Amino acid sequence: MAATQGLSSLIVEVEGKSGVGAMFGHGDPLTYEEVVLADRRGPSGAGQVRARALTPDDALVEYLYDHGMGRVSRRLASSGALDVVATAVPGIKDILVLGKVKQLEKEGPVDLVVLDAPAAGHAVTFLTSARALADAARTGPIRAQAEAVVELLSDERRCQVILVTLPEETPVNEVVETAYRLEDTVGIKLGPLVVNGVYPRLDGLEDDPDSVADRAGVALRSDQAADLRSAADFRRRRQDLQRHQLERLAERLPLDRVELPFLFTAEIGPAEIDLLTGALVGGLRAL
Amino acid sequence: MSAFRVGDLSRAAAIIVCCGSGGVGKTTTAAALAVEGAAAGRRACVVTIDPAKRLADALGLESLSNVPGRVEGPWPGELWALMLDTKSTFDDLVARHADTPEQAAAILDNRLYRNISGALSGTQEYMAMEKLYELSAEGGFDLVVVDTPPTRNALDFLDAPRRLTRFLENRVFRLLMTPTKAYFRAVGLATQTFLRTVSKTVGADVVADAVTFFQSFEGMEQGFRDRAAAVDELLRAPSTTFVLVTSPRPDAVQEARFFAMKLADASISVDGLVVNRVHPTFGSSPVAQGLGVLTRNLTELRALASADDHHLEGLAILVAPAPMCRVPFLDAEVHDLAGLDRVRAHL
Repeated sequence: MAATQGLSSLIVEVEGKSGVGAMFGHGDPLTYEEVVLADRRGPSGAGQVRARALTPDDALVEYLYDHGMGRVSRRLASSGALDVVATAVPGIKDILVLGKVKQLEKEGPVDLVVLDAPAAGHAVTFLTSARALADAARTGPIRAQAEAVVELLSDERRCQVILVTLPEETPVNEVVETAYRLEDTVGIKLGPLVVNGVYPRLDGLEDDPDSVADRAGVALRSDQAADLRSAADFRRRRQDLQRHQLERLAERLPLDRVELPFLFTAEIGPAEIDLLTGALVGGLRAL
Repeated sequence: MSAFRVGDLSRAAAIIVCCGSGGVGKTTTAAALAVEGAAAGRRACVVTIDPAKRLADALGLESLSNVPGRVEGPWPGELWALMLDTKSTFDDLVARHADTPEQAAAILDNRLYRNISGALSGTQEYMAMEKLYELSAEGGFDLVVVDTPPTRNALDFLDAPRRLTRFLENRVFRLLMTPTKAYFRAVGLATQTFLRTVSKTVGADVVADAVTFFQSFEGMEQGFRDRAAAVDELLRAPSTTFVLVTSPRPDAVQEARFFAMKLADASISVDGLVVNRVHPTFGSSPVAQGLGVLTRNLTELRALASADDHHLEGLAILVAPAPMCRVPFLDAEVHDLAGLDRVRAHL
């Protein structure tokens, strides 16, 4: 979406295997090296989408390298000593990743950094680790790093969290819990909520197939009528369930909401990304 | 172990390990397989990792107690359920292997130790397997069904015991505890520089905590190593079975394929495949055209069903001859025993 507005963006994957590359028709999985996924999407020919992966180990090796320990960093990473440090100072891995994201935001050549954050349970720990470390670490580079990350996370002009969920019971419960915990503990600005996979509303599913066929002058076998009816019943039940969950979500979480349509296609490719971009732009304009 | 239906495993296997990526209904599947065992007259126990709240309530898991609780129901056998508490499972393990209560207390009190269950990756997986071992070897159950934590690395639960043992045997910190000249030469300049940097970066007390931790652990490594070997052996026993759980979505199927291949690399075969949330086909009649939304709806839903088939085809071949069962989209989320019965009907 940023690209269609002429902005350049960088997608950062932190958990691996997100399949972002494939969605843009890019065959290989993402690595620490940046790749260009799409180019010149905007009206003026600007707007590039780039992507890369970012793991704590990579970030640490880079950190050590920058601090004059390049030669030994790989060997130490493999000796297991780093596991000990990571265990002794929980959150240090998260801070390494977020610290690198902060560096990309500050120095990077792109207009927007989009971080594909960990799933529900881990997301809160991931984003609160900076605050916890800034409070716990007495002095030194870790404290400075954690404070810079807290500053980034709590400045709404620089950073916002877009929560993404599905119109189903467990995802709704999880997103409500995540939203309150993020607001309470990080003081992070929550942008509009995105609900994926919402069935486009179809009216007329309750009509009797035989009478619809009569009116349309179509001959209908009984097995055809039965299949149409059971499919329509299925869709209505799913629509009702989704409606119910969307109502629960609205009651519990007073945030602006954008609904993205359920896609009846087998895979998400460039065409589907364009379709979802359109829905996202339309949904945000309507807010 | 060969079976005609996945549900048959509940009647024959001693252990069922449910694995797969997150959000595909692993916990529900594990609970349904355990109910199936109880229905077959066995004494069954399900170990869950992070059940959705209402399912946890249905199984009487409102609190973390780390010991199995009995679930009453209309079956000839017994159903027990447990929600894994990583921290207290680890505490028990320490207490079991410590030479003296003082040694155990010193470890449990150590700051580094207190962080392990939350911060050392693989610990949850290891403790799930440890609990499985304890229940299976000492709990008197005919069947133990275990849910595995959703992980990025498919085989964390197989690697975790070895990983943790390696952590506990950490060479750098071991050497620090015996700082004789010869040892320091072995540690090398690089390591000393590293530790000095660690002290400067995160505080000297971090290094001090770590050294105390490894000192208190002295002498317990062998016990941990033996236990890890026993767990590994149990996972490879013929009566231990692996059920791969997935949904028909392409990303989930991709993960499941990856998982099946990794298990094969570890010489472990998949004994059953459960696919949750499969789209129904709604018969096989030709779709009547010209009937507006009714036509559109059936066409769209049939396309979803055939996309599901397409995605699952390769996976079924990959795990053959293990049986595959498809659990269709259910009208409501499974959060009670009646819901588990609806799932069971498809296993």
